[in-house]
Amino acid sequence: MSWSGAIPERILPAPSQIIQAGIDLTITGELSEHMGISLWRALVGFLIGGIAGFVFGLLNGVFRFADLIFDTSIQMLRNIPHLALIPLVIMWFGIGESSKVFLVALGVLFPVYINTYHGIKSIDKKLIEMGKAYGLNGKELFFQIILPGAMSSILVGIRFSLGVMWLTLIVAETISAQSGIGYMAMNAREFMQMDVIVLSIIIYALFGKISDMIARYFEGKLLKWNN
Amino acid sequence: MNSYDLQGVDVTIHQVKKKYDKREVLKGLDLQIKEGEFVAIVGKSGCGKSTLLRLVAGLENMNDGSIKLDGTPLNGLNKQARMMFQDGRLLPWKRVMDNVCLGLSSDAKNRAMQAITQVGLKERIHDYPSKLSGGQKQRVALARALVHDPSLLLLDEPLGALDALTRLEMQRLIESLWLERKFTSILVTHDVEEAVAISDRVILIEDGKVTLNQPIHLTRPRQRTNPAFSMYVEEILARIMNRKSKKNYSMLVNTEMESLFDPVNN
Repeated sequence: MSWSGAIPERILPAPSQIIQAGIDLTITGELSEHMGISLWRALVGFLIGGIAGFVFGLLNGVFRFADLIFDTSIQMLRNIPHLALIPLVIMWFGIGESSKVFLVALGVLFPVYINTYHGIKSIDKKLIEMGKAYGLNGKELFFQIILPGAMSSILVGIRFSLGVMWLTLIVAETISAQSGIGYMAMNAREFMQMDVIVLSIIIYALFGKISDMIARYFEGKLLKWNN
Repeated sequence: MNSYDLQGVDVTIHQVKKKYDKREVLKGLDLQIKEGEFVAIVGKSGCGKSTLLRLVAGLENMNDGSIKLDGTPLNGLNKQARMMFQDGRLLPWKRVMDNVCLGLSSDAKNRAMQAITQVGLKERIHDYPSKLSGGQKQRVALARALVHDPSLLLLDEPLGALDALTRLEMQRLIESLWLERKFTSILVTHDVEEAVAISDRVILIEDGKVTLNQPIHLTRPRQRTNPAFSMYVEEILARIMNRKSKKNYSMLVNTEMESLFDPVNN
């Protein structure tokens, strides 16, 4: 419809124009630069937040002591929408890399934490008792019963957090950045480059799709016994 | 013959008491089990028979009394014993082989393989438990218990959830492995026929105490069609139901009474 002119270019550009914009930006090297920086932020933020959430989830799930100290505090912080912290984060970190990474990490932390914690708490106590009766020590008990028992729940947390990861990154890049796909889209708006804006949105969709596929691949591999 | 350490353990249970909150489940229970003996414990649900087994396994602490293994008081987990649970408790994320290898050192694959072969599941070693039937799962659980060469095998209603045919098969399997290895064995069951079919002695627990101690003098393999077999079953059931015990085994079983007992038992 954009081709035929039924929809004006200002509203929605034709697919051919979007592809052309993609090719142009690839030639200038802009696209790969922005994509690279966005991926890097997503990955680093995801790793930091994911590992922190996983470790806290494990600690609080396994040790009652840690549970009593940390769980309610984490639940309290979880209720603050992390995107509401953007003004504060800009004051702290400026609009450099650390602010984006921090926001992504914060967003990713909670879903991973909750699901790891819940996964460990909901393991069948009878299996743990059986493990003890069969002479497993603490380490064996953890790696052979607790961790695999919590794995499906942990993976749900990871898949969920991937969505949060992209969402946070897009918002953060759109509001405060000088590079990245979100910045590219905001910049294009100033020059009325509709094709670049749509291209950015499509790239985000592809990123989301690919990361979900990776997560599903690991799910299939780690939860083979469940099928 | 195999090179097993063919030895059971002597179990002496003396004045054992166990309370949950205020409710006293075992009220000073005494029981002596000889090395290599197969004892079946029956009783109504909630009578404390499973609790007793858990105490012998060292999974729970008693409030009073003592349990001695070959004269040594049990303290903490009973390392000579292996338990088979009613619900199998296989790890769903481990294949049959890895389930049997649980708690074994990594060089014990041969022994695990031998145990799996003995329970007749050699072809299924690479399957996950979700692919197995109820009876096969319990076979794996049995192999997992036996691979440790326990001197005491504790069976907590392991056949309760199986269908009648599989149950018979499993009873024979357990009996034959016990005859071969001569470990001491305690079976908790609510099935009096099963108790008579497999054990040297049937113990009845009522109100936290042993109220019947009935040796079974039948030659193995035992025939359920044997009149003496039915007599034992009838006698013990009558005792459980608090009916007057018949002193004379040669008396014929009243068919009316039998039909009274059956629904309770099954």
